[in-house]
Amino acid sequence: MTPRRVVVVGAGPAGVRAAQALVEAGVRPVVIDEGRRDGGQIYRRQPEGFTRTHAMLYGSEAAKAQALHSDFDALRAQIDYRSETLAWNVTPGQLHTLHAPSGETATLDFDALVVCAGATDRLMPVPGWNRAGCYSLGAAQIALKAQACAIGSRVVFMGSGPLLYLVAAQYVKAGARVEAVLDTSSAVPTPAALRGLLNRPRLLLRGLALKASLRLAGVTLLNAVVPLRIEGTADAGVSSVVIRDSAGAERRFGCDAVGMGWHLRAETQLADLARCEFDFEPLSRQWLPRIDDCGRSSTAGVYLAGDGARILGADGAEAAGRLAALAALHDMKHERGRAMFAAEHAGLRRTLATMNGFREGLAQAFPWPHAHAAALPNDAVVCRCEAVTAGELRRSVRELGSQELNRAKAFSRVGMGRCQGRYCGHAAAEIVAATASIPVEKIGRLRSQAPVKPLMMSAQEHD
Amino acid sequence: MTKPLPQPGGGRFVRLAETARPALHLLIDGAPASALEGDTLLVALLMHGRRVRSSEFGDGTRAGFCLMGACQDCWVWDETGRRLRACSTAVTEGMAVRTTPPASLWPVTPEVAARERGEVPR
Amino acid sequence: MTDATQQRSDVLIIGGGLMGTTTALFLRRHHGLSVTLLERELIGRQASGTNFGNVRRQGRDLSQIPLANRARAVWGRVNELLGEDLEFAPLGHLRVCYTEAQAARLEQHVRDVQPLGLDLQMFSADALRKRWGIFSDTVVAGSLSPVDGHANPRLAGPAFGRAAQRAGAHIHEHSEVAHIERVGADFVAHTVDGRQYRAGQLLVTTGAWSARFAQAFGEAVPLEARGPQMGVTEPLAYAIGPSIGVSTPIEEEGLYFRQITRGNIVFGGGLKGPAFADAIRAYVKPDNTLRQLRELRRFVPAFANVQLIRVWSGIEGYTADWAPVMGPSARVPGLHYAFGFNGEGFAISPGVGEVMAELIATGSTSTPIDAFAIGRFATAVQDQPITT
Repeated sequence: MTPRRVVVVGAGPAGVRAAQALVEAGVRPVVIDEGRRDGGQIYRRQPEGFTRTHAMLYGSEAAKAQALHSDFDALRAQIDYRSETLAWNVTPGQLHTLHAPSGETATLDFDALVVCAGATDRLMPVPGWNRAGCYSLGAAQIALKAQACAIGSRVVFMGSGPLLYLVAAQYVKAGARVEAVLDTSSAVPTPAALRGLLNRPRLLLRGLALKASLRLAGVTLLNAVVPLRIEGTADAGVSSVVIRDSAGAERRFGCDAVGMGWHLRAETQLADLARCEFDFEPLSRQWLPRIDDCGRSSTAGVYLAGDGARILGADGAEAAGRLAALAALHDMKHERGRAMFAAEHAGLRRTLATMNGFREGLAQAFPWPHAHAAALPNDAVVCRCEAVTAGELRRSVRELGSQELNRAKAFSRVGMGRCQGRYCGHAAAEIVAATASIPVEKIGRLRSQAPVKPLMMSAQEHD
Repeated sequence: MTKPLPQPGGGRFVRLAETARPALHLLIDGAPASALEGDTLLVALLMHGRRVRSSEFGDGTRAGFCLMGACQDCWVWDETGRRLRACSTAVTEGMAVRTTPPASLWPVTPEVAARERGEVPR
Repeated sequence: MTDATQQRSDVLIIGGGLMGTTTALFLRRHHGLSVTLLERELIGRQASGTNFGNVRRQGRDLSQIPLANRARAVWGRVNELLGEDLEFAPLGHLRVCYTEAQAARLEQHVRDVQPLGLDLQMFSADALRKRWGIFSDTVVAGSLSPVDGHANPRLAGPAFGRAAQRAGAHIHEHSEVAHIERVGADFVAHTVDGRQYRAGQLLVTTGAWSARFAQAFGEAVPLEARGPQMGVTEPLAYAIGPSIGVSTPIEEEGLYFRQITRGNIVFGGGLKGPAFADAIRAYVKPDNTLRQLRELRRFVPAFANVQLIRVWSGIEGYTADWAPVMGPSARVPGLHYAFGFNGEGFAISPGVGEVMAELIATGSTSTPIDAFAIGRFATAVQDQPITT
């Protein structure tokens, strides 16, 4: 029997459950993890020597986090786990990795690649968001969860989505001072949004409870806000946030830190380098890699699961990771894997369909405020890496004739910085589309170029 | 268990828990600083001061952004010039880090020096 | 906006890279001829936009030096010419080498180009390190062209295109040419979507895709598409003025880099990668990238502490004899070519534009280009007849 070479990228919920399914089928996968410890982001593990319990760290999700961590610990002996390892490129049938601490590279041949690369926060630029003291919502949560710190002594949270309330509530509970929670979405979801949210009533109730707990703690909660600017100085960083409230009044909140985020954006660089096809999804106004309902991408042998393919959250990621691994085994005609796939795929697909219904409700209840991008003043920084402004981006359309996003990037440099377009790409698309009067789905998407993340030039060739 | 050194008042992040960890000592831009075992370099920098680095493009100081190795806004250097991503680097005892690049790495060539003096060639 | 009726210009140019756009500009500015340019996708997007950006004269075949000198004169005033900043940095072009044998070749080249109007300076290992403190002990000598340098290829093609347009050239993007026919003494180009453009003279500047058009006129050219392997680093403190490269007969050693004022370092060189002209795709091979990093560290050790943030490739046309194809057709009056620049066209492109404009408008050019004549590829076996 030919040993099947399966590589899993990512050790968050999707990657762990994919690895587990493969081990159950008798396969020994390689698991590539950029982090030092498994768990991904939402179930990020605190460093050794920290004493807080899972209940304190993960709240209502403590049991799931514990199960994920324990299950992975049990898998270690049966997988080839490579931590602190970046998958920096992929070519047909080969994954290219760098072990950062040693500078050693490797090329892994694979019969199947399961990419569980996760997601980052999705950011909408706000004038002044390049000041010291601005963080993503995820960063605010990681500071607390993984380092037991607050990002500042007086924190404002701004954005939209369930994470906004979750992180704010976690901060209040941990004893941090939260000045305000500023939500760009309306307080009352549309009927369509509500129908979607009711797919997971427990989560919907949890969200309402979080809001209530924040109000009880005296935190100012505002809905339907328009962020205007983040004030401060180049040297000292953030000093306040100014928004327009739902009544049209300008309001200022003094703070020394801002945590911002509008839900998540999928990490799709490996899928792009693997030449997967992408489609524009109008609901979330972003390009996502095409997958079937088992996680098969358009590239044979490449499977995509978790928030890196569809933002379904941690529970969805666990189901998607397992399903994608089983689909890979099925496609490789692995006998035990085929049996597992036959027994489980219908149930897993039903689970994912339910989660997808909830995801659609979330996207409608907490929409990405795309119009804010087009309304950014010309001097607002869009690309934080290189301080490129909205005005320069507009100039690339009006004066230099860009009608497509990669062309606008070539002329304005937006997307050419170290973050490789992760934090500016969506807003840049909206600005270019609005300036060119072309629908955003026709403006193209920033094409990923290797390396997936910056590569130290000390990286050594391997034999 | 060693008591941690008193935290200087100039930091940006605020410790909320887990303060009973052994102290570590490091140098930041040549000045002595302390951290706790398990701290990332980013946390150590933002306990010691309010910035991690300065933007190359003139828009001021930076203090990290995503804390998950995605934004690449927290890269600093050690004294040998080696690059360190602060949010994903653990503090180790005695490490010496710089928040500005060591000057010796890329000595300014005469052509650039001349240009900066205003001697623009054609 | 074009309609179905034919438009007639004095000159029709197919291919909107630097060779096409520079010629269009000079045809308008210097000779007042009417010009239409047809570009398949976007101006300057292929080899013109993906190359390294070297503006260099040393290291070229001696037959190209007069053309390169002419181009250098244009580069010196290019911002005024175009009204845009192409980031031309004439802070020198430096070639270093690893062996005494190669140093001897550099010295010979210094002697060879001096009568052609190019003054180079040799540096010993000590002198190199004293002046530019970045080199490792493996570098034994270098040769500097003090007033050459580099510019920004992403901006150059589109900027020339806009200038040509302001000067009255008709530039059409998204205009792929399906075929070209002769109607009387004129040429008529048909786009894939049915538009027609007519002109008395035709210039083919379609880069790696040119063999098809030349073949259609009975002039076969052995032309191969290859992909440059390019990379760019994070921004560093701005310190390095010249464009710097390794001169070597060993292909994989031949790395070069340049720093832009924003601080990023662009590099290229070594082995080429796969380029598929028909599919308009080119790739960077990961093993090429890692080898490039090794070779960069070899002559500039400080690269070990720098991060690579992006790689890219492009589609360049290479001829079998490493000389470009430039000049009039050997078979068809009024037909001209400028393609196949073997990955070193960027530097000489403004000179190519001036020369081709001169040739088309007046019938001759003061710059010697006979060595680049397409007729050199003609064989005893007759090529296909000119298509109708």
